[in-house]
Amino acid sequence: MYRYDEFDATFVSERVVQFRDQVERRVKGELSEEQFRPLRLMNGLYLQLHAYMLRVAVPYGTLNSRQMHKLAFIADKFDRGYGHFTTRQNIQYNWPKLPDVPAILDNLAEVEMHAIQTSGNCIRNVTADQWSGVAADEVEDPRPYAELMRQWSSLHPEFSFLPRKFKIAVTGDEADRAVIAYHDIGLRLKKNSAGDIGFEIFVGGGMGRTPMIAARVREWLPKSELLGYLEAVMRVYNLNGRRDNKYKARIKILVHELGAEEFTRQVEEEYARLDVPQGLPSDQELERIAAYFAPPAYEDLAENDADHTQHLVDNKEFAEWVERNVAPHKVTGYAIVNISLKPVGGVPGDATSGQMRAIADLAQKMSLDEIRVTHEQNLVLPNVRKHDLFAVWQELKEHKLADANLGLATDIISCPGLDYCGLATARSIPISQDISNRLGDIKRQRDIGDLKIKISGCINACGHHHAGHIGILGLEKRGVEYYQITLGGSGDENAAVGQIIGPGFSSETVTDAVETIVDTYVDLRQNGETFLEAYRRVGAEPFKEAVYATH
Amino acid sequence: MPLIRDGKIVEDSWVLLDDEAELPAKGDVILSLNRLKKDADTIQTRGGRTGVILENDVDEEDLAAYLPQIDLVALTFPAFTDGRAYSQARQLRTKLGFKGELRATGNVLADQATFLCRVGFDSFEVDNGQSIDVWNKALRSMSVAYQRGYDGEQATRDSNPSSQGKAQPTLA
Ligand code: SF4
Repeated sequence: MYRYDEFDATFVSERVVQFRDQVERRVKGELSEEQFRPLRLMNGLYLQLHAYMLRVAVPYGTLNSRQMHKLAFIADKFDRGYGHFTTRQNIQYNWPKLPDVPAILDNLAEVEMHAIQTSGNCIRNVTADQWSGVAADEVEDPRPYAELMRQWSSLHPEFSFLPRKFKIAVTGDEADRAVIAYHDIGLRLKKNSAGDIGFEIFVGGGMGRTPMIAARVREWLPKSELLGYLEAVMRVYNLNGRRDNKYKARIKILVHELGAEEFTRQVEEEYARLDVPQGLPSDQELERIAAYFAPPAYEDLAENDADHTQHLVDNKEFAEWVERNVAPHKVTGYAIVNISLKPVGGVPGDATSGQMRAIADLAQKMSLDEIRVTHEQNLVLPNVRKHDLFAVWQELKEHKLADANLGLATDIISCPGLDYCGLATARSIPISQDISNRLGDIKRQRDIGDLKIKISGCINACGHHHAGHIGILGLEKRGVEYYQITLGGSGDENAAVGQIIGPGFSSETVTDAVETIVDTYVDLRQNGETFLEAYRRVGAEPFKEAVYATH
Repeated sequence: MPLIRDGKIVEDSWVLLDDEAELPAKGDVILSLNRLKKDADTIQTRGGRTGVILENDVDEEDLAAYLPQIDLVALTFPAFTDGRAYSQARQLRTKLGFKGELRATGNVLADQATFLCRVGFDSFEVDNGQSIDVWNKALRSMSVAYQRGYDGEQATRDSNPSSQGKAQPTLA
């Protein structure tokens, strides 16, 4: 993975000094809260319901064990012993004190981490496929480009005060695990007809109150020109994006109002005018970055491991975990281990400092020192020898991290909602816990099969409910929370926006409604089709009938 | 209003002229784009330099024809968080090749200093009680930057032509 050199280290430490100074000026009253707000946001610091919240960037979701140990240390020393992994592949601390924040940032800088641009109206931490570099069917590893974009977007002189926040996601695979269609810019590495690899570029996707699937603006762009093209997109947005209305300020609205064709024309016109090479990194610089992502020292292994095969036969629980949570690896004899942070009835994405340490140690011993954070609020050990899978599983089990529910009904995405978030209109964590408890029986979950339930505590949709096969949106009317259900959303390569099925449900009845929807699917499915496949075949009607007949 | 240039508070020789006011025979004046267009001919014959203040929503291409007569362009920040003028400045410097004084006006804070300088601003009207020391400290706060092709004091990592001759930190 990427390692800071002196240049990066200087950048981050100067940034901490700068922010420490801003905090001091704020405390002294030399900066008003209004002036301080955008500055602290650009350093990942939010003011929440009960306290400040610090959001730490995990660039494209990649961590090493030293970094994970440090996150655990920060959780113990400056927070309440846990952290929350988010849909942005970041980690949030919910209880830091303002005067401690510069010290936390110092600690992060020691392990080459920061909180720069995890919030604010700037280019946010770039996200990527969590299986980048290890997925069996990948076209090319997108991480070098994700790193390039991390650098390029950090304190960008022109694009740090945008109309609204800006999110870029990248994948190197046909299968989309990075939800690129729902990002301001979505990038996919792909081969053109000549066999050269370049970027397919999508712009204007987003969730929030006006969910939109991104439009394709470029079918193929030479890889080396990426930053030039991004500059053109950003400039068109920075100059023309709406600033009169916060809810219309995202780039998706600009694309929508201009029409994808006209927007693309403006971008291409700007791009044609640019002195592109001037803004591009040199070939040496690209190679320097790419070298950090060269494959680690994999051993030459056989496809199958006898001990592993034996464990699969002997231990059904282990075999079921492997079936759900372990994915094929690019390299023979290795596997990708997905660690569920969704224990039945638990808080999605939360990890205690003890769990973080256990995972860090496992990564060091058995995953070539790598960990990934997923947008589904889980973690990944990307480089595990098949031979070690059993030992890894046992260790995970010890720390209550071996739930075999990846992609199943209880692998729920939920935003923090009213328990923490100042913008929330309803609770979301308790609802996800309730649903998780209801559908928690693992036999039942396995029978239901692939199902993505996603919950947001307000229209901002941080819980990705629009992309949920079953989406739940918490709202409030006259002081009472209620929950709207959408069906048929998807965030993968066949992205779709979920459709509202009808009137909302109270916090007491929403779990019943979800269960009815799930049972309806189980009754009507044919030939092993998944929930989403069944929904796409039959539409919303049967589900509506079932739900509104019984409630 | 204090004006900062080259790290110092300096005397401002420029006067912002109201659209209705008469064009003085002498002295440095800043005009609106409309006024500039209207009086383009008279301007050439008067003694004193001409500047123009641009709104955030004008296309700077509109200015291209007049640029040879212009010594100063002022861009406005209606709010600290409104970043359109950064792109306008960038366009003026690169696309239109404007070499004169580029002034930041409106809601200008020291905490924007590095961004402003890198896109090509070189004078700053600051109206918020921040001292020149705060400004200069902010300006020196970052010695390195990642973006290539933007001017400014910071070093960029690679040896692209645009950053050559500037201090390069040694690489590990
Ligand atoms: S969706 Fe709303 S409630 Fe949930 S985290 Fe985002 S802003 Fe907060």
